[in-house]
Amino acid sequence: MKTLKILVGVAFIIVISAFAFNKMPNSKTDEGYSIGDVATDFKLKNIDDSLISLADYKEAKGFIVVFTCNHCPYSVAYEDRIIALDATFKEKGYPVVAINPNNPKAYPDDSFANMKVRAKDKGFTFPYLFDDGQKIYPQYGATKTPHVYILEKTVKGNIVRYIGAIDNNYKDASAADQKYVEDAVNALLEKRKVPVEITKAIGCSIKA
Amino acid sequence: MMSRLILYIVFAILFTNCRGEQQAVALEATGVFESKGITIPVYDFESFKPLLKINDGKIRVINFWATWCKPCVAELPYFELINSRYPDDKVEVILVSLDLPSQVETKLIPFIEKQKIESKVVLLDDPDANSWISIVNSDWSGSIPATVIYKNGDSNFYERSFTYNELEKELKKML
Repeated sequence: MKTLKILVGVAFIIVISAFAFNKMPNSKTDEGYSIGDVATDFKLKNIDDSLISLADYKEAKGFIVVFTCNHCPYSVAYEDRIIALDATFKEKGYPVVAINPNNPKAYPDDSFANMKVRAKDKGFTFPYLFDDGQKIYPQYGATKTPHVYILEKTVKGNIVRYIGAIDNNYKDASAADQKYVEDAVNALLEKRKVPVEITKAIGCSIKA
Repeated sequence: MMSRLILYIVFAILFTNCRGEQQAVALEATGVFESKGITIPVYDFESFKPLLKINDGKIRVINFWATWCKPCVAELPYFELINSRYPDDKVEVILVSLDLPSQVETKLIPFIEKQKIESKVVLLDDPDANSWISIVNSDWSGSIPATVIYKNGDSNFYERSFTYNELEKELKKML
């Protein structure tokens, strides 16, 4: 009888730990990538109606992936700075790839047609992709716009090296004295460790 | 236009504790907007921070929002309902707007007027968000809406939207 109790106890513990182990990978996907993770590639529709994947960029050393959108004032506040990042770093091997993660049913401003308009008005020099079906942003773990992921291309895949904000002043680019994305890409280009790997910023919730 | 004369205004939040003694937590605003009879104190994070730690037995529901944030605007009536349904000495709702200061007079104040918002509205204007988001709560990624419900040392944080019933359920955990 006593052995039976112990056995039941052991079985119970095994069941609990099985659940615990089961849960771990799930919660990780929920939270998205951490620094050092391999980021997924994608095939998303660009504003010129072509399909774009990271794998298309044979020459790139990495990517500045920016989840952004039309409707969000914080995204709008950063548009010029995103264009500037592309201008500085595309030639150096780190192009900007912008992705609109929002469901246009939640935000009509963020429809594919409106993305084309916005990109043309602002003169975007980088692809502006539509996460149709909202499948890519949850894998990255983007929660808001703008939300930046800097990826370094390696033999193992595109490794996440930075997650967060563009700089530390959304209101005024000239007042920003911490240029997180710039500093991170420069560090990667010089084979240094990224000085600040994760930052937080206020942004507009992504609506699936 | 922001009143240039009133650069430093001390907003006192008066409350009565359970023994009936009056205490005041003074928040020193860094500025103030006044228009259409609506007053919005402006804080940087340093001056705002004491609001997250008032130890007077009252439940505070602190909602971070902005007029441009659709899910925030959608749930605002529920916060208003909480504010009106629960007595002032038990529950206080504070709506912390993250609108751009340049849009306070064009968007925020007209919104408050049109929606007849009665909860206290303050503006948190501190662009170095990376320095303060984690202080509000280490789990906060920075997206809004986000809500803190606290009473004395007990605090819960929510980076999500609420229905009225969901919000009230969370509030009741503190009652």
